[in-house]
Amino acid sequence: MPDNHPQAQIYDSHSGGERPIKVAARDVCVEYNGKQALNHVSIDIPDRSVTAFIGPSGCGKSTFLRCLNRMNDTIEGARVTGSLKIDGREVNDRAVDPVVLRASVGMVFQKPNPFPKSIYDNVAYGPRIHGLALSKNALDGIVETALRKAGLWEEVSDRLADPGTSLSGGQQQRLVIARAIAINPEVILMDEPCSALDPIATAKIEELIDELRENYCIIIVTHSMQQAARVSQKTAFFHMGNLVEFGPTEDIFTNPRDPRTQDYITGRFG
Amino acid sequence: MTDTPDTTSIRDAVNQHLARRYRAETRFQLAGLSAVAAAVGILAVLLGSIIAQGLPAFTVHQLVLPVQLNAELVDREGDGSEASLRRGSYSRVLQEAIRAEFPDVSARRDLRNLFGLYTPLNSTRLMDEVLARPELVGTTHTFRMPIADDLDLYLKGRLVEDRTLDTAGALTAQAGEDGVLVQSSEPDFAGLSADITDLVNAEARLLETRAEQARLRSEDLTGTEREDALFEAGRLAADAADMRARAATQDGWLVLNADLPSILVEANGTTLRLTELSSDGRRARAETLLGEAEIDAREDWTLYVVDTPESRRRVSDQAIVWTRALSDRGRISHDFNTYLFANADSREPELAGVKGALYGSILTMLITVALSVPVGVFTALYLEEYAPKNRFTDLIEVNINNLAAVPSIVFGLLGLAVFINAFGLPRSAPLVGGLVLSLMTLPTVIIATRAALKAVPASIRQAALAVGASKTQTVFHHVLPLAAPGILTGSIIGLAQALGETAPLLMIGMVAFIADAPTLGLEGLTQPATVMPVQIFLWSDGAERAFEARTAAAILVLLALMIGFNGLAIYLRRRFERRW
Repeated sequence: MPDNHPQAQIYDSHSGGERPIKVAARDVCVEYNGKQALNHVSIDIPDRSVTAFIGPSGCGKSTFLRCLNRMNDTIEGARVTGSLKIDGREVNDRAVDPVVLRASVGMVFQKPNPFPKSIYDNVAYGPRIHGLALSKNALDGIVETALRKAGLWEEVSDRLADPGTSLSGGQQQRLVIARAIAINPEVILMDEPCSALDPIATAKIEELIDELRENYCIIIVTHSMQQAARVSQKTAFFHMGNLVEFGPTEDIFTNPRDPRTQDYITGRFG
Repeated sequence: MTDTPDTTSIRDAVNQHLARRYRAETRFQLAGLSAVAAAVGILAVLLGSIIAQGLPAFTVHQLVLPVQLNAELVDREGDGSEASLRRGSYSRVLQEAIRAEFPDVSARRDLRNLFGLYTPLNSTRLMDEVLARPELVGTTHTFRMPIADDLDLYLKGRLVEDRTLDTAGALTAQAGEDGVLVQSSEPDFAGLSADITDLVNAEARLLETRAEQARLRSEDLTGTEREDALFEAGRLAADAADMRARAATQDGWLVLNADLPSILVEANGTTLRLTELSSDGRRARAETLLGEAEIDAREDWTLYVVDTPESRRRVSDQAIVWTRALSDRGRISHDFNTYLFANADSREPELAGVKGALYGSILTMLITVALSVPVGVFTALYLEEYAPKNRFTDLIEVNINNLAAVPSIVFGLLGLAVFINAFGLPRSAPLVGGLVLSLMTLPTVIIATRAALKAVPASIRQAALAVGASKTQTVFHHVLPLAAPGILTGSIIGLAQALGETAPLLMIGMVAFIADAPTLGLEGLTQPATVMPVQIFLWSDGAERAFEARTAAAILVLLALMIGFNGLAIYLRRRFERRW
């Protein structure tokens, strides 16, 4: 992909250019009712890899995540400026239909939020509203594939009609991931997907993220630095609405350049 | 290291307050429990009294008479056509049927009383039966009609105090110059004479006390007021003296009148009313109310006393005698009151029913449901999910909340001005009633729906939006179904309120006497109608005693309707909740 943003070089110099750039942000600022929440963030996120956003609470990492699928639109008083491109197409533009955008940018939230419907309907909902399946069989296939990719098929294949809310927390989160990948998005955003889960469920989700990396561009916000270290290839550190440092995960954790990053990952604040 | 917390003192401090904490908890629980118990108790009393009052209205005593449908009376033209049958004199047919039961009655006044055993409206019912089955003309048809409302109450034991006394002797009666002389071989009347003498004396004493009070009062007064008081004292004293004179037996005879209990002697199809009681307790003078005066030493006779004096009740001795005779002859049956459900309102309580009001309520509620629920729900949806939050929408919200607190009669005025005067819709029609009640219910539905929509967790909206659902898809696929139980509850509360509303209907003419039930259909929407609470209101105001029980019965029907309504709501709620 042509890289015509000189600033990108600053942050992307560590990537080695192995993967094409999927998401390119330039000077993205977010205000909530006049209060600056995100300050001129520019970042290039590579495809088919996991990028972790870390930082103390209120640092703007979730805010930035929500810019990527325009979920900030649903928040009263939110104003997003700057340029945000996914595959070179501008996202932060009134002309872009958020419905179309969100069909290609899936999102997984902090707390598992399956619809209070059957497991099948949860996964089938996206394909149904986007008209991705032309027949019942095709829909069945999509649901099965998504559940398989999410590593949930073995556990729920015999009870697809049960309500999604009857599953355990970890299973619910994987169901939500299945729901997100059922419409075959290009980017999957995960906002602290394991913070409400126990270590075993967390391990399963992390394993799943690692597998999904083969096909998707995954961006994960996490409070757990171990998790960031385990699952991500690149890590971005946010602080007070600023993107402080962005680079390969090993570098960030072993050799941070900014003293704030150093302080945060060594647990001196945050 | 030096200031280790003194655990024993902390424990002491906790223990010190522990008892008080538990006491407070117990007090609170007891208060709650007693409040619930009081509420349940009051509810039980309320329901109990309504049921006790209303139950008698669910049964009715009917006259079962063989009526001769003579062709010359019923089929005037003689061709059996409907027009001819409609001109028939059915009231004559009924009159002849009842006269056949009591052939002795001939005086004009007595006949009028006799025909008062039933309401003349029954002749229309008889005509309807004949019109439905013209082959009845020329035959003897068994016709059932409700007995007059007061006699129905009498038969239910709700109108007068009465008792049947034991008799020991054999009864003889002979017609003489000054009435009928009644004799019993034992002193069967002795107790009665003592009772009546006591009664008269007690009343005389009461009058004397009041006369004395009036005299005392006069001492403090002057001028005409004093004269008035003295006059009243004199009048009361004269009344008392009169009363005592009556109680004093004249030549051994105590005279009975309409202000004293009625004593009836029944034997062998004859009924005599005692006019004078002899002090020996064995003899009495009487007048004949039914049958022949001659009785010869009969052992089986009945001494029946109606303690409520004839002057203070709505049924005469004569009517009671006829009723008892008809009952003895098996001409009266005690049935379930189908009139209560099959008829609309009527001037005559025995024929009055709730059908008109029930249908009116159903039609009105249909309009209200059809308008207020969709309009209310969609208004709330728009305001909650789509409308921008600004001053204008704030103003709308405040106004909707205020509308919920507007007195309902104001909506009635609005309905009168807009729907009837401006739009020219008919008065007293369920359509207008439904429109007015919709206006009244809308704020409740809107507020309840908004609350239910607000209660849907944001995570569900986010989940739907994140998979690319549009706003409308999010709302209709996820938010609305989740809010449905709450919306239903709110709507039912609003509709139950509308079902029990009277005031706004006052203004649009639905508080009226309407003798025909509206048809259950589209055309019924513009026919004059009334609704259940209005019917209850109208009946509670009814002059006849029998309306009292019917009022309670109508309340029971309305309650049943409400319970049914709420039951439906609970069922729907469960279904929706189970789906999710």
